[in-house]
Amino acid sequence: MGKQWYTISVYSENHVGLLNRISGIFLKRHINIESLNVSKSEIEGVSKFTIVVFTTEDWTRKIVGQIEKQIEVIKAYYHTDDETIYQESALFKIASHLLFDERQIQNIIKESNAQIVTVNREFFALAKTGRRHEIDEMHDALLPYGIMQFVRSGRIAVTKATMPISEILQEFQEN
Amino acid sequence: METLKAQKKDSKSQKAIRITGAEAIIHCLLAEGVDLIYGYPGGAIMPVYDELYKFQDKLTHILTRHEQGATHAAQGYARVTGRVGVAMATSGPGATNLVTGIADAQIDSTPMVCITGQVTRSLLGSDAFQETDIVGISTPVTKWNYQITRVEEIPEIMAKAFYIAKSGRPGPVLIDITKNAQFDELDFVYEKCTKVRSYKPVPKPETGSLEKAAELINSAKKPFIVFGQGVILGEAEAELKAFVEKTGIPAAWTILGLSAMDTDHPLNVGMVGMHGNYGPNMLTNECDVLIAIGMRFDDRVTGDLNTYAKQAKIVHFEIDPAEVNKNVKVDVAVLGNSKETLNAILPLVDKKEHKDWKGEFDKMYQIEYDTLIKNDIHPTKEGLTMGEVIEQINVASGHRAVMVSDVGQHQMIACRYAKFKQSKSNITSGGLGTMGFGLPAAIGAKMGAMDREVVAIIGDGGYQMTIQELGVIFQHNVPVKIVVLNNDHLGMVRQWQELFFDRRYASTVMTNPDFVKIAEGYHIKSRRVSGRTDLQEAVQEMMASKDPYFLEVKVEKEDNVFPMIPSGASVSDIRLK
Repeated sequence: MGKQWYTISVYSENHVGLLNRISGIFLKRHINIESLNVSKSEIEGVSKFTIVVFTTEDWTRKIVGQIEKQIEVIKAYYHTDDETIYQESALFKIASHLLFDERQIQNIIKESNAQIVTVNREFFALAKTGRRHEIDEMHDALLPYGIMQFVRSGRIAVTKATMPISEILQEFQEN
Repeated sequence: METLKAQKKDSKSQKAIRITGAEAIIHCLLAEGVDLIYGYPGGAIMPVYDELYKFQDKLTHILTRHEQGATHAAQGYARVTGRVGVAMATSGPGATNLVTGIADAQIDSTPMVCITGQVTRSLLGSDAFQETDIVGISTPVTKWNYQITRVEEIPEIMAKAFYIAKSGRPGPVLIDITKNAQFDELDFVYEKCTKVRSYKPVPKPETGSLEKAAELINSAKKPFIVFGQGVILGEAEAELKAFVEKTGIPAAWTILGLSAMDTDHPLNVGMVGMHGNYGPNMLTNECDVLIAIGMRFDDRVTGDLNTYAKQAKIVHFEIDPAEVNKNVKVDVAVLGNSKETLNAILPLVDKKEHKDWKGEFDKMYQIEYDTLIKNDIHPTKEGLTMGEVIEQINVASGHRAVMVSDVGQHQMIACRYAKFKQSKSNITSGGLGTMGFGLPAAIGAKMGAMDREVVAIIGDGGYQMTIQELGVIFQHNVPVKIVVLNNDHLGMVRQWQELFFDRRYASTVMTNPDFVKIAEGYHIKSRRVSGRTDLQEAVQEMMASKDPYFLEVKVEKEDNVFPMIPSGASVSDIRLK
């Protein structure tokens, strides 16, 4: 079975030890977490982990099963890239003088649909949201001029299919 | 409706009492029906021990001689009673010494709650004296764990701990309690936990899965049942028996499933797995429908997965959805508690007999008997065999004893040849293979079933890993019967070295102490047997003893356990010699 990118979405209680428990499941099977994002979800009081892995479907399914059996996990899903709408964000910090010395930088900003977050005498910061390859392209374009700092976030994703978490929670309550 | 609810809640609510966290912990244990715990005191858990002193008429604490012993004793107690075992320790080394037992309970699905003391909240993370991150350390080997740092958390978390440990697929829970939470006071009210919002202990069978399973079972020509500990944990022994008897299907057990069905039942065909019986292993690869009940297709059961029961349709009765399709791809999964699902499928299956097919098992048993069982349990050679010792215990106990085994050759022999009439009678470390499990687990088993005879079968290697627990047997006069099958070797490793490492016996030969003298040092009645003429009488003397008894049997030094499926080989490559 071939490897591909999977986005694992974990709906859970907000519990301090859970990240450790979840990451341990990946560790045991030597699967690298390519990106991880934890945030609140659409349901009040429910957290959402978005984890990206590059592996086979069989292993993803087994991992999701083992995540789901953790006490604080309400439900875990996995999806392929085709089944999700996903984005990453990146911040670039660049020396301000380059904006005037290197005219090409302005074109890069325009073409990549990046936003200027702040400008001061020493540096300016650019924010870019998009697919991984778009951020990589922008990074590569800016690299020759010098990037003072660069950071990219984990993937965030929503699925095309519905995730009936509220119903599942309701079911838990009734059991 | 609202008022009704409110009234109901009102009638349930007790009057709050103002007590310390340490006392609250005792009240929680009592409310959960705990009357026996195993543990070891130390700095960070002292407030709780102070309360144990005050409550000793209601709650017995047994001081094991090492914290590992406390966990295994709690496991033995849990396995024999079906209740939650409780172990307690202090922070730091006390807590880390629990880890082996916790891991054992996790992999063998044993309900256990471990309580550890922790340094006071303000010192957390400062590398304080005896501070260790036991929550971090125990995370991969617990079903759930939690660190209590505020006294108010105690009742709710303790209730949750017991609920999680026992419900669904059971497992160990560790609760770490900082010292400040033990000293501080709270208005204590206890309410048992009956649900956790994100946790579904027992999944429901998928619609149609029972019917699909029944259809496969009814149309099978050569069906085969393999049952595991899920039957015992689900208390589904009667349901399994009814299912087996109605369908007429030969049934074999995994090592942890042993005793779920009478070993002498005509449809009980023996053990599967690495040192299981010849027929059940060979015929796994000839059956047309394999019905797995409460077992998890461990690698010691399946051997090479690529050649495991490939010809068969597989039906899996299982409580833990993560076990379905984990190792073996199944055709139908019936999720749920085995008691409920077996009950539900019973009316859907046809009454049948599979005489010819069962005859295949009988034929293979005969081959196995003639080739090796006969020589194991009725040997004619000079040296004593482990098998004949087990056979003598069977005779003396009338198949009614609880047998606790350690890990190694003696364990495989004990589980192959022990006879049981009653469930929850075979207590052994299956998944983790923890040497040193036997002696402390036997203490827990005996204290959980004082009306039953408990015989510990232990090798000379594992015995010395937890031998200090003889102190508990002596101090509390726990009448367990300890049998050490002494071959002066780490026998199982030696067997592998003989078969797969060209007889290079690296660190497996042991010069042992005088075990009888050691037992005598603890004032335990003891005897050594090295010849066949004394064996039967010695076993009878041991079984007749009202007090603890230690019996050392000097067995043949270089005997091997067969049959054997070499590691990584197919079940049908099982070797008889």
